Amino acid sequence: MAVVTFNEDRCKGCGLCETVCPKKIVKTAMDRTNVKGFHPAAVTNQAECIGCAFCAQICPDCVITVEK
Amino acid sequence: MATVFKRPHPLSDVSNTYCPGCTHGIIHRLAAEVIEELGIEGDTIGVAPVGCSVVAYNFFEFDVQQAAHGRAPAVATGIKRVHPDKFVFTYQGDGDLAAIGTAETVHAAARGENISIIFVNNAIYGMTGGQMAPTSLVGQVTQTTPYGRKIENQGYPIKVCEMLSTIEGAAYIERVSVDSIPNIKKTKAAIRNAFECQLDKKGFSLVEILSTCPTNWGMEPAEAMEWLRENMMKQYPLGVYCDKR
Amino acid sequence: MAEKFLMKGNEAVAEAAIRSGCRYFFGYPITPQTELAAYMAKNMPKRGGVFLQAESEIAAINMVYGAAGAGARAMTSSSSPGISLKQEGISYIAGADLPCVIVNMARGGPGLGSIQGSQADYFQATKGGGHGDYHMLVFAPNSVQELVDMTARAFDKADEYRMPAMILGDGMLGQMMEPVGFFEPKEPEELPKKEWATDGTGMKRKKNIINSLYLESEILERLNIERYERYAQICEREPLFEEINTEDAEIIITAYGMSARIAVSAMTALRKEGVRVGIIRPITLWPFPSEIFARRAANAKAFLCVEMSMGQMVEDVRLAVDGKRPVYFCGRTGGMTVEPDAVYEEVKRILKLKTAGGM
Repeated sequence: MAVVTFNEDRCKGCGLCETVCPKKIVKTAMDRTNVKGFHPAAVTNQAECIGCAFCAQICPDCVITVEK
Repeated sequence: MATVFKRPHPLSDVSNTYCPGCTHGIIHRLAAEVIEELGIEGDTIGVAPVGCSVVAYNFFEFDVQQAAHGRAPAVATGIKRVHPDKFVFTYQGDGDLAAIGTAETVHAAARGENISIIFVNNAIYGMTGGQMAPTSLVGQVTQTTPYGRKIENQGYPIKVCEMLSTIEGAAYIERVSVDSIPNIKKTKAAIRNAFECQLDKKGFSLVEILSTCPTNWGMEPAEAMEWLRENMMKQYPLGVYCDKR
Repeated sequence: MAEKFLMKGNEAVAEAAIRSGCRYFFGYPITPQTELAAYMAKNMPKRGGVFLQAESEIAAINMVYGAAGAGARAMTSSSSPGISLKQEGISYIAGADLPCVIVNMARGGPGLGSIQGSQADYFQATKGGGHGDYHMLVFAPNSVQELVDMTARAFDKADEYRMPAMILGDGMLGQMMEPVGFFEPKEPEELPKKEWATDGTGMKRKKNIINSLYLESEILERLNIERYERYAQICEREPLFEEINTEDAEIIITAYGMSARIAVSAMTALRKEGVRVGIIRPITLWPFPSEIFARRAANAKAFLCVEMSMGQMVEDVRLAVDGKRPVYFCGRTGGMTVEPDAVYEEVKRILKLKTAGGM
């Protein structure tokens, strides 16, 4: 099981991570905004995460850390 | 739990000031990852000329010199001649490298200067709000080509890799893109090849990285990646243009 | 006294630079200073140094920026049109507090101009040819020996105050040969290490940054003000000038570089006729030796500024004399040299003396 952590206050809500997640479990969290005023990206269902780190590799802001 | 992915040490633990979805952030990280993997952070001196990434000295943990617009290859030459055993690379945009700094780029290559250049090609001047770049595509609308870039008025976009590959001093020239995961992996490999080319004292290396500018292209970040694939890759075919390593 | 060599000004400067521990020279051909680059091309490799002919004067000054920022003594040289191309780079060097030496063997201008010696780059050198509030140290030697001595001084003072230093010569000074003695060479290793340089953190120190960009203008203003406090110290401690026969002088000729040598000829002729003429020769043009002018304005009746230009230093002389005495001007331009007779006649005209049949 992999664990993905988002440093939400670094996120700029660009949505690129969402476009590359093979399991389609990375979504923009519309229910909150971060310190910059963006809706941060977040993992909806951590259990399905395979730890491929695609989201982290395309993230321009080093928001995502992946452990497995 | 093993860490699969985390911020590389040479990349500062600060939020960068680039726009949402700007690929500078990806490229900064890839460069930092390669520098970390090659274990050369302590020997690295970066050169950041004018452009959006002029503030790169805030986002790296190694020494950086900020350079005048277009002069990074000359500044890097000065540094490398003083410290031939240190790792010196420039991080330049398309206006910097292929407009005002064309002479410095061509002559650093012609000298076979043992430096590496990361050339971010997003076909626009980002810092100043979206003007035409020497790599803007024919027909591309910008602040200074409001009716689309026209050949009869603004001429043709410059293919830097093809141009520099004719220069004997060049040792490694590759064009890559950061529009997708596979291409991001290839970009990292290309950066590693270029950096190793310098470490092995083989001479001038340059990696041209097709990039997006969501803000000044007036597109969502994901949409911009799409536009890059459909338009820029036609004008700028990916591939290795010179490899004398 | 050190052994004497007969040497061209351009080459003497190059030798003096190498002896000052400079191992990095970036140049570009332009008459009348190209022999300097050629000397470097021949000698730097033999002395463990780097000579690089850049693709332009712009590239050359930016190579100096990089090398200086990396902690080395670096130099470039050119002549008027080439120095104009370097102005942006010089502003960056001043803005990033980098030490370096820039040699200008000035030639007739403006534009492509002529190739003979001229002093029409005074404003550019002393008032800042680039953008923003900054200064360079400007040394104006008037002999091949002084070229050598000022080059050594320029490197030391540039390092001491972390700023660019210019040797402002002219085509004549660069081309003429005179006997010259040299100081003992200084090796780069003997020079104090520059802790601020970008020579790699070695993972042992925080990163160093060479930069002149400050988007927060409050910070830029503070840095500029601090730099000007250093400039104020320089203006107090570092002005250099030479005085000849000024104690009893009724008129003082002021001139720098080659014009000063011409003024001496005129003074000698006039002194023979009992005309009490003195000379003040500024050696540093920035900092300008204002104080001596103010002091001598007490006893001299008038000043005559002699330049190979349409009159540039004369403005600083007027500022220094501050209206206490009239300041006249006599000059040639376009690469023409002021004649001693012209200075002689002008002094007589100012003092309303009948001309005794010329010099």
